[in-house]
Amino acid sequence: MFDFGDLVWIFVAAAVVNNFTLAWFLGLCPFLGVSGRLDTALRMGLANIFVMLVTAVCAWFLNTFVLVHAPYLRLIAFIVVIASTVQFVEMAIKKLSPALFEALGIFLPLITTNCAILGLALFQTNRGYGFVESMSFALGAGVGLTLALVLMAGVRQENDLRDIPDVLQGAAMSFLIAGILSMAFMGFAGLFSGTA
Amino acid sequence: MATQAEAYDELVKGLWKENPVFVQLLGLCPALAVTNSAINAIAMSAATTFVLVGSSILVSSVRNLIPKQVRITTFIIVIATFVTVADFTLMALLPDVHKELGAFIALIVANCLILGRQEAFASRNTVGKAFADAAGMSIGFSVALIMLGSIREILGSGSLLGVSLFGPNFEPWVIMILPPGGFLTLGLLLALFAWWGKRKRRAEAGGAA
Repeated sequence: MFDFGDLVWIFVAAAVVNNFTLAWFLGLCPFLGVSGRLDTALRMGLANIFVMLVTAVCAWFLNTFVLVHAPYLRLIAFIVVIASTVQFVEMAIKKLSPALFEALGIFLPLITTNCAILGLALFQTNRGYGFVESMSFALGAGVGLTLALVLMAGVRQENDLRDIPDVLQGAAMSFLIAGILSMAFMGFAGLFSGTA
Repeated sequence: MATQAEAYDELVKGLWKENPVFVQLLGLCPALAVTNSAINAIAMSAATTFVLVGSSILVSSVRNLIPKQVRITTFIIVIATFVTVADFTLMALLPDVHKELGAFIALIVANCLILGRQEAFASRNTVGKAFADAAGMSIGFSVALIMLGSIREILGSGSLLGVSLFGPNFEPWVIMILPPGGFLTLGLLLALFAWWGKRKRRAEAGGAA
């Protein structure tokens, strides 16, 4: 029923070729905010993957059953439904699996209104993805974000020990690192271009 | 008189001292994503200004009616409404620009600058002051976006607002209009401002001593 190659392609495209953070600038706030240490970055990434999967399901549900009747409500519906679903899921996890809740922690509510999450829902809608494609897209986007966060955290941790000129300290340095990472990710752009 | 001076203060603080992009590092997603040409930067600035000023006025005028517990949700719904209006207006009037900006107009909803101003300012101040604050922040945001957009367009395409600047012999730095160019331009601008501020402080200290 589904072309497996297509699903893999959607996953890889979202994860590396069109990386959410490094190519589309989505989710920059957490990217700069919590990329100071490797373990926090990894947790943030996991929480992101999780929220993105929930978002993809919500967006698919809304697009299929609700928004066909009122397309002008799309933005409002996405935001309200996604934010409240994540809250519910968060409560459920807290009850069912305290260990997982500990690991995801404060990041769950924080990323709900992150532009990467809303961006995911909008891109998925614009491209007309079905349910399975949406899941693959969400997983790819989440993995891509995690990859970017972890790489960034690794570089920044190393940088703490280096002697960096005054004026470059803080945000300026982070942007330059992000620029170089982004350049590296551009190398993936040629990937699959022969087959697609 | 006093209120006028206060309003003026609220207006100018957004320009430089609390510039949303360069100082507070808010609203970075649109600031980098759509600034590959000056015209896109201007369209994004206009849309953001409309949403920020509109929601600030609305939120500050109903601030006493909003229960504290649901204020964030209320702000988001107000913002999303204005963004929907801006999105459809742009789609009708300038379809080309709308296509270019794509989902990023809709993503103004998630611009933390706008929600931040509602929470920090508009919900606690009178309509006049909220308007001044929103206008100042919008101008600061627009200045930053247009600055980034112009630099990237000049270096990356050798033109400004579509007008060629350097003649046919100029080899464009294509990297500047691609994503890495956005990060690098902003990083270097921040470093430049830090260097400038440091030099100014040192000059002041030298003058005092």
